[in-house]
Amino acid sequence: MKQAKGGRLETGMKKASKNRQTGLPHRVTCLGALGLAFLMFVGAIYGTGVHIDAKSTKEDVITLRVCNWEEYMDLGDWDEEETIDLESGDIYGERALYQEFEDWYYEHYGKRVKVEYSCFGTNEELYNMLTLGDEFDLVCPSEYMIMKLLAEDWLVPYSEDFYDESNPANYYIRNVSPYIRNVFETNEIGGIYWNQYAAGYMWGITGLLYNPEEVSEEQVSTWAALSDPELFRQVTIKDNVRDAFFAAVGAVKSKELTSQAFVSDPDYPEHLADEMNDVSAENIARVLDYLQDVKDNVYSFETDSGKADMVTGKVLANLQWSGDAVYAMDQAEEDELYLNFSVPKECTNLWFDGWVMLKNGIAGDADKQQAAEAFVNFLSIPENAVRNMYYIGYTSVIAGGEDGDEVWEYLDWTYGAEEEEEEIATYDVSYFFAGGQPEAEETYLLTVPEEQTRRQLYAQYPQEEVMERSAIMRYFDAEANAAINQMWISVRCYNILDMPTWGWILVVLAVFAITVFLIYSRRERSYEIKEKKQSI
Amino acid sequence: MKVTFSRRQLAIPYVIYLLIFVVAPLVVIVSYAFTNGDGRPTLQNLIGFFTNPNTLGTLVYSLLLALVTTVICLLIAYPVAFVLSQSKWKARSVVVMLFVMPMWINFTLRITALKEILTAIEGNLAFHPFFNSVIGMTYDFLPFMILPIYTQLTRLDHSLVEAAADLGANPVQTFLRITLPLSVPGIISAVSMVFLPAMTNYVVLDMLYNSTYIMGSLIGSYFSAYDWHGGSMISLLMLLMICLFTLVTRGTEESAQVRGGTIV
Repeated sequence: MKQAKGGRLETGMKKASKNRQTGLPHRVTCLGALGLAFLMFVGAIYGTGVHIDAKSTKEDVITLRVCNWEEYMDLGDWDEEETIDLESGDIYGERALYQEFEDWYYEHYGKRVKVEYSCFGTNEELYNMLTLGDEFDLVCPSEYMIMKLLAEDWLVPYSEDFYDESNPANYYIRNVSPYIRNVFETNEIGGIYWNQYAAGYMWGITGLLYNPEEVSEEQVSTWAALSDPELFRQVTIKDNVRDAFFAAVGAVKSKELTSQAFVSDPDYPEHLADEMNDVSAENIARVLDYLQDVKDNVYSFETDSGKADMVTGKVLANLQWSGDAVYAMDQAEEDELYLNFSVPKECTNLWFDGWVMLKNGIAGDADKQQAAEAFVNFLSIPENAVRNMYYIGYTSVIAGGEDGDEVWEYLDWTYGAEEEEEEIATYDVSYFFAGGQPEAEETYLLTVPEEQTRRQLYAQYPQEEVMERSAIMRYFDAEANAAINQMWISVRCYNILDMPTWGWILVVLAVFAITVFLIYSRRERSYEIKEKKQSI
Repeated sequence: MKVTFSRRQLAIPYVIYLLIFVVAPLVVIVSYAFTNGDGRPTLQNLIGFFTNPNTLGTLVYSLLLALVTTVICLLIAYPVAFVLSQSKWKARSVVVMLFVMPMWINFTLRITALKEILTAIEGNLAFHPFFNSVIGMTYDFLPFMILPIYTQLTRLDHSLVEAAADLGANPVQTFLRITLPLSVPGIISAVSMVFLPAMTNYVVLDMLYNSTYIMGSLIGSYFSAYDWHGGSMISLLMLLMICLFTLVTRGTEESAQVRGGTIV
């Protein structure tokens, strides 16, 4: 390496002096030398880069490359007064959780780990990053992307030890909510159950956030609110084909989904999931029709502006994910605007973000896999789950248990009614904390201000009757995906067949004008050139 | 080994840049545009674009939006540039700077501010999506329109205007026969800086709540649905449009110069 560099430098110098003899301006020569120096600099960096890489594999530092959603983990640095003072002790975020993990891992496993933490903005962005060759060990996509990655054989299964509840280091399996655990154990793709490849992180549902002073609870009790003429240009929908599709299916199938016969069927959950994931051509056509009506009725298709538009009062209702709804309600409260959350009667979309390990990152490295699993366990320590929930506003899959009741205490700390409160209600979240254990259920009744049954608590921890009408949106195969995306493009594009006659006249006129202009300028030009030649 | 170093080699950094950031992506775009998901060559992406009423509608909608934006920009910018270039006022460069200064402020910030102002005026932005988009685009692109025209007008040989006046042309005739034809190159470079970006700058539409796709968002939607092939074809078609525009306007620019020559 060194020799080659010296050689190049020498020839460079020599040529520079030669150039001076040929009369090339001095400045240009200098620039040339600078350019060469730059190239060598790049070469040097590249060279040393290779050296560092070679060294780090020799030392016993495991590098764990984690890619998570933006703003989706406690990054520490809390204010003093933000401390959460629970009965079991104070919770305070000093440093980013992934940094604290490095020390925790060394204490418990005796090995050094370095976490390279990076972020992605959307599931599609993550997928594109992966297909373009970015390597990560542990990523946190949503359920449908997990299913896609699973179907395309990207993932490494969790080790058997990860599910061993008798091992005290296995915080995830010991503390995950029985409800969530059941979902992960009963949902499959291609015969593989989710829990083998994915560990939950955050979860939530979709619903409608609304301003109760202007909109009645009745109006937003159905997905058809999106096309409700009374909310003309005052309701927003997500600019995202999956959420829009789900809501539209709910609206077009509203009658059958809420009929007594359908709801009381013993196989209701399965049927509901089938109906909500109906990608038949006929259903897609109905959804297209409906979404075109929605487009003519909504204020906007928003990716992120919906929350702010609710808070500033630009719109009265919007399709929202539960976590963002909580955030918007908190924000609005600061301006003394009180928003409510509604879960339409037809169905709600139960979604998850979960940790999965990637084959090309882990690459059979047992140490790395152990560190990745430990990372998931570290995040599942109830105290850390509370820190994340407090920091990002979404709902953790962790319920707690033997390793601590911080999650439950945090819930009571956040929502529990003050003694002088007059209108109080009992709020039952036993399904989440205790699952099917009837003897434990009594412990998980919250006493909360009555309004919380429609507000943050309702969005963050919906009650069991809401979860009964929840369905998971599946990962669609390539053909169905193409049909849905085409449907979406048809909704969002201006259809040329809708163009009024005057529009066509305008287009014809414009084309005509351009043609005339071109012919004219060409002719004039050749005429002028001819004239010029003659005069010469 | 003896390597000779010549002036030509100074171009190496740029050639490398050109290869990596211009030629290579272009090759990728072309190869994606004419293949399907299985990697087989196909013309389906091209045919699909011209047979789908939605993509064609998007093209027309974008063209119309860009056309209206450009015309309005031109109508505002030309008089401003003309007056400024004519004025003997010493501080005129300061005024020009004031017009250009918004370019130095991040445009999402400017559009966010515009959104609030428009909301205060109109109440609900969703009632006039096209109108608001035109306002947003005009606001965003106006400096790009003023600057080239102003530069061209200040370069204009004033003796020609004086000669025309000496020969009895009134100010209107002088403007129409001397100043306007000679400023055509400035107008063309200004139009090309506004028209084509206005067809793809969907961020303005997103921020001002226009839910109809234009070319930029259409390409984006293909990419987010992993359809690299369809998206590449649309990008390629946009590129062809730019090439066509450049070819056509180059002719006009030359003829303007020739005309200038004959006047002399």
